Amino acid sequence: MSTATRERLPESSTIQQGPLRKPPTWKSPIIMGVLGVVALLAFGLASNAGDTSTFGMSTGAQRLQIPALVLPTRPAAIVLSVLCLVLAAVAAAAVRVKRPVPLAVPIGFAALWLLAFLVWSMAGEQVPLPGLLGGTLLLSVPLVFGALSGVLCERSGVINIAIEGQLLAGAFASALMASVTDSLWIGLVMAPVAGLLVAVLLAMFTIKYVVDQIIVGVVLNVLVVGLTGFLYGRVLVQNADVFNQPGTFSRIPIPGLIEIPVLGPALFNQTIIVYLMYVAVIVTQVALFRTKWGLRVRAVGEHPKAADTVGIKVNRIRVQNVLLGGVVAGFGGAFFTLGSVGAFGREMTAGQGFIALAAMIFGRWSPVGALFAALLFGFANQLQGTLGALGSPIPSEFMLMAPYLATIFAVAGVVGRVRAPAADGQPYTKA
Amino acid sequence: MSVTTDRIPEKTPDAPGEPTSATRRRGWAGDVLITVLSIVLALVVGAVLIAVADPRVQETASYFFARPLDMLQAAGSSVANAYAALFKGAIFDYGAETTTAAIRPITESLVFASPLVVAGLAVGLAFRAGLFNIGAEGQIILGAIGAAYVGFAWELPLVVHMVLALVAAMLLGGLWAGIAGFLKARTGAHEVITTIMLNYIARFLLAFLLSTTAFQRPGRNDPISPQVDSTAMLPQMLGSWSRLHLGLLVAIAAGFGVWWLLNRSTLGFKLRAVGANPFASRTAGIDVGWSTFAAMAIAGSLAGLAGAFQIIGTERSLTGGVSAGIGFDAITVALLGRGNPFGIVLAGFLFGALKAGGVTMQARTGTPIDLVFVVQSLIVLFIAAPPLVRAIFRIRAQGAGSMQVSKGWNA
Repeated sequence: MSTATRERLPESSTIQQGPLRKPPTWKSPIIMGVLGVVALLAFGLASNAGDTSTFGMSTGAQRLQIPALVLPTRPAAIVLSVLCLVLAAVAAAAVRVKRPVPLAVPIGFAALWLLAFLVWSMAGEQVPLPGLLGGTLLLSVPLVFGALSGVLCERSGVINIAIEGQLLAGAFASALMASVTDSLWIGLVMAPVAGLLVAVLLAMFTIKYVVDQIIVGVVLNVLVVGLTGFLYGRVLVQNADVFNQPGTFSRIPIPGLIEIPVLGPALFNQTIIVYLMYVAVIVTQVALFRTKWGLRVRAVGEHPKAADTVGIKVNRIRVQNVLLGGVVAGFGGAFFTLGSVGAFGREMTAGQGFIALAAMIFGRWSPVGALFAALLFGFANQLQGTLGALGSPIPSEFMLMAPYLATIFAVAGVVGRVRAPAADGQPYTKA
Repeated sequence: MSVTTDRIPEKTPDAPGEPTSATRRRGWAGDVLITVLSIVLALVVGAVLIAVADPRVQETASYFFARPLDMLQAAGSSVANAYAALFKGAIFDYGAETTTAAIRPITESLVFASPLVVAGLAVGLAFRAGLFNIGAEGQIILGAIGAAYVGFAWELPLVVHMVLALVAAMLLGGLWAGIAGFLKARTGAHEVITTIMLNYIARFLLAFLLSTTAFQRPGRNDPISPQVDSTAMLPQMLGSWSRLHLGLLVAIAAGFGVWWLLNRSTLGFKLRAVGANPFASRTAGIDVGWSTFAAMAIAGSLAGLAGAFQIIGTERSLTGGVSAGIGFDAITVALLGRGNPFGIVLAGFLFGALKAGGVTMQARTGTPIDLVFVVQSLIVLFIAAPPLVRAIFRIRAQGAGSMQVSKGWNA
């Protein structure tokens, strides 16, 4: 759609900066303003005057105990909404002088707005904050691994719809192998191998046979669902003691770091898979944006012909990245079985691969962005569970919808437009 | 191959080696040959899976070198049993005692095929307009919601009720897909992303509705709607021994309708033109945005029809699992049918038969129905990459054709 291409909003990414930049539009300050007013009216002024919202601040695992934070609901929500409106005004001021709105403004806005929402929705209740954050983290782990797989593939120009399949394959292989060998570690090693196998098919069909990348992804998902479901029904269920009892990794508290108030128990009392995730995010972020290899990958994803001209092997880089993505997603699959449930179940990934895809897009094709997007989605999911238990004012289904709605808004450019690598999805064949 | 669209020269100067006219000139014979070989290959891989997963085969494999025939025999019989059950469940049950019981399977296949055909048409029509509609699943859910609500909440005379239920399903399905079309036309948001997201939103919307008093069956705590009135049901065509309903004829008519729309109408010409080259179409004065929206809306209304078949054809009440994965099967149906309406009808019949047969196979031999997914996806993978099939069977190339529909997220 070329009109859309021409109307595209300016990007904060480095590629589009320079003389091409157009003045920012009023869209985002207006939306932030409206949301701020909504927060002020609905969360602040409409709540009961006498209620308090209580945040638990420590867990039993910590030596240092902090007393719970008791906030009067109405004043706290009003203060937070007003802060939201201040940020909206900052954005408006920036647009007025034709400067781009700094990225910190919308992120800060989102955080404050969510906090206001949280304070309002738990009026008269108590929620342990470390538990809320820890649950958020756990729900986002497979999303982060999946999204990283997507980032690796798509930065090199191959669309990866098969994240779901890679996660599921990883979950299946890790459960099966860990049970058969009686070793969680072997299970953890086999998960990326399974993800890799799916990636091999993806690379073979998209790069060697030049089949439409989206078609291959969609069909591979069906294939993996079928294969794992078949073997699950025929083998795993028949003899669950031998084939489907891998057990789970135990938590490893990191001494020292766990004492950090609130964040410590949430971030540093986790399983090995979660620590692997931290490493994976940092390594991919640095590798993609701070190394020669990363520059080549991005060149291949943005302008394969130019990359080819300077001697970069376009399709070799793409194959490498697709395979690497499969490995990363495989670890995410292991989290389902070895990191949380402790057994494989039919279609147990339940569409998480597609939320991971959404997180990748929402995170603008960058590892750290994907991490925060995944955390946001995980938070929505966790909040839905927590509030569901408390009796929330909003139906849980709408909280579950939030990640998907947010992604639609993001790709439709409601709040700043996301842009994929230029050659994403286009096969490269030498003339 | 009709699914293939031309590369857009202005946007992608780097892919001149892409097969275009050569692919389209390739005759029917080549396509049919590749299709048949793909099905055979997929069934062979399925057979290997059945054999490997069979407990008796595993047992005999442990002394393979002492008595190899034991294992081969076990493998042979397990595959033969499973595929025989598949055939009995899909086409003709030659072991059955009565005639109706013997021919019931084929009618059951057609029952499974009806929603697959219309949903496949929904995906295929979008293909021809250059759009990848992954959202049939969500559109089916919306269609089912519409048909069910009209079916149980309104009281209307015989034919009117049924027609209105179908219309409501088409409207809601069309509206749901229309959102994706509108977003694509106005903002350039890629339809693959938006339709995937709309699938999940539809699923949660359905879950929410089934918890409201308007939709939940009185006296029930689980998410299920009241039963649809019998006036709204699609009439059974063969009597009470078979579930075959009027939906089959509607689906076939829809196939003709889509063929007419694409090949004989002005709108269809515009849709195909935009699918082939939006830039040239714009230059020629076609409203690309409107065509995009129209294509998605029509596709959505077809998928909505599939949702209606589920409710007023077979299920009678709305539950969380009403879409039953038809929306995803529809993608494979459309790909197998290569975007051609009649091809899609045939592909829908084949996959309907596989589904009906899979149910019987699971019940009689314990072979999980998931095998059908494997076979289905392999068929499509093989078809999508003709060079692979040719390499396996050592057939001489008649032009290198691979499926290309989408043009990347930014297109």
